[in-house]
Amino acid sequence: MIGQSTVLAAAFPPSVEDFYLPSILPWGEHDNYWFTKITLLVWLAVAVIIVFFLMSYRKPQLVPTKKQWLAESIYGFVRNNIAVDMIGPAGVRFAPYLTTLFCFILLNNFWGIVPFVQISPMSHIAFPAVLAVISYVMFIYVGARHHGFGKYFMHALKPPAPWFILPLLVPIEFFSTFLVRPFSLAVRLFANMFAGHMLLLVFTLGGFAMLSANALYAPFAVLSWGLTIALTLLEFLVICLQAYVFTVLTASYVQGALADEH
Amino acid sequence: MINLYLAAAEEGAAEPHNPIIPVWQEIVVGSVAFAVLCFVLIKFVFPQMEKTFRARVDAIEGGIKRAEAAQAEANELLEQYRAQLAEARTEAARIRDEARADAEGIRQDVLAKAREESDRIIAAGNEQLAAQRESIVRELRSEVGTLAVDLASKIVGEALADEARTRGTVERFISDLDSAGRR
Repeated sequence: MIGQSTVLAAAFPPSVEDFYLPSILPWGEHDNYWFTKITLLVWLAVAVIIVFFLMSYRKPQLVPTKKQWLAESIYGFVRNNIAVDMIGPAGVRFAPYLTTLFCFILLNNFWGIVPFVQISPMSHIAFPAVLAVISYVMFIYVGARHHGFGKYFMHALKPPAPWFILPLLVPIEFFSTFLVRPFSLAVRLFANMFAGHMLLLVFTLGGFAMLSANALYAPFAVLSWGLTIALTLLEFLVICLQAYVFTVLTASYVQGALADEH
Repeated sequence: MINLYLAAAEEGAAEPHNPIIPVWQEIVVGSVAFAVLCFVLIKFVFPQMEKTFRARVDAIEGGIKRAEAAQAEANELLEQYRAQLAEARTEAARIRDEARADAEGIRQDVLAKAREESDRIIAAGNEQLAAQRESIVRELRSEVGTLAVDLASKIVGEALADEARTRGTVERFISDLDSAGRR
């Protein structure tokens, strides 16, 4: 127990460095990011989603099989409860992308609580950032195509307000719409996953740290590990919620870009 | 956060990582992986699903439409049958009325004919009686004339021969008359 705890609790308190694991190929190398546990998990998530959807939708039938029903309900959920609810009937056009986004985030988040994996690629800001940039480019593109480039920016920046407030409002609108949005999207997801992993680390490693410090702390160590389990359940909630929030916000940005009036 | 950095630095990592700065290799990997996922799902899976949804909606709406059509047809048929039934009823009533009217007509006809026949028979009888009476009267008239002449000549011929004979002549005449009447 002591030996194991010294291995696991080598770096207590856990630090940012715990998120940067050594590379798998070439084995054990630091600061080589092409093939790490993180990238492997991303590829695995992609493969799982693709295989699941292709398998369950190979031969679609009017009366769905169980698998087909599951695949359809995932798509139907995003399509009806996010895309159509947020954007309106035009949202059906965006439903495929939003569903892909939702599944990708959900599964990558989910790695964070899978036993023996327990780290989410989304706790590396590169992945949320990519998704946020795509959402950002998409809603600007959609808006520019719908209204025309100049008109879209006029529309987005100029709120219907008396002219003398505009000098104040236009910079605020610009800041909130075109500067903050991608960062808030990316950071929200990243920070949640990062914090979740950090919490699990603190409580797991904390248990070992207490045990190795003094055998009398054993009950606290057990309490700490129990809390790890509870936090894992909480993480599950956060995982689903963050995937949902990211998708809903993307849909809402698209809706804002398509809207005719404020 | 700063403490964490310090801790990491104290551990002697070559260079502390900043979690807010994305690693460009991961950006590449993430972009490619997500692009692959998007390509496969958006190209091959979700259009299929939309197609299936549409087919399902079509199937359901088609079923409803067919049911509605069948219902409408059934209603139409029912209406038609009702109309036919009502028509048949009025037709039957009409025929009954007609038959009743016909029967009445026939009865009246027969009665009239019978009355006519009886009148005719009575008239014929009367006529015959009148004719016989007339012919009898005519016969009698002519006979009475001749008889009167006969009687007168006999009376004048046997005139005053004798009373007895006269008496006998009259009696004979009377009996002649009787026999002639009997004859």
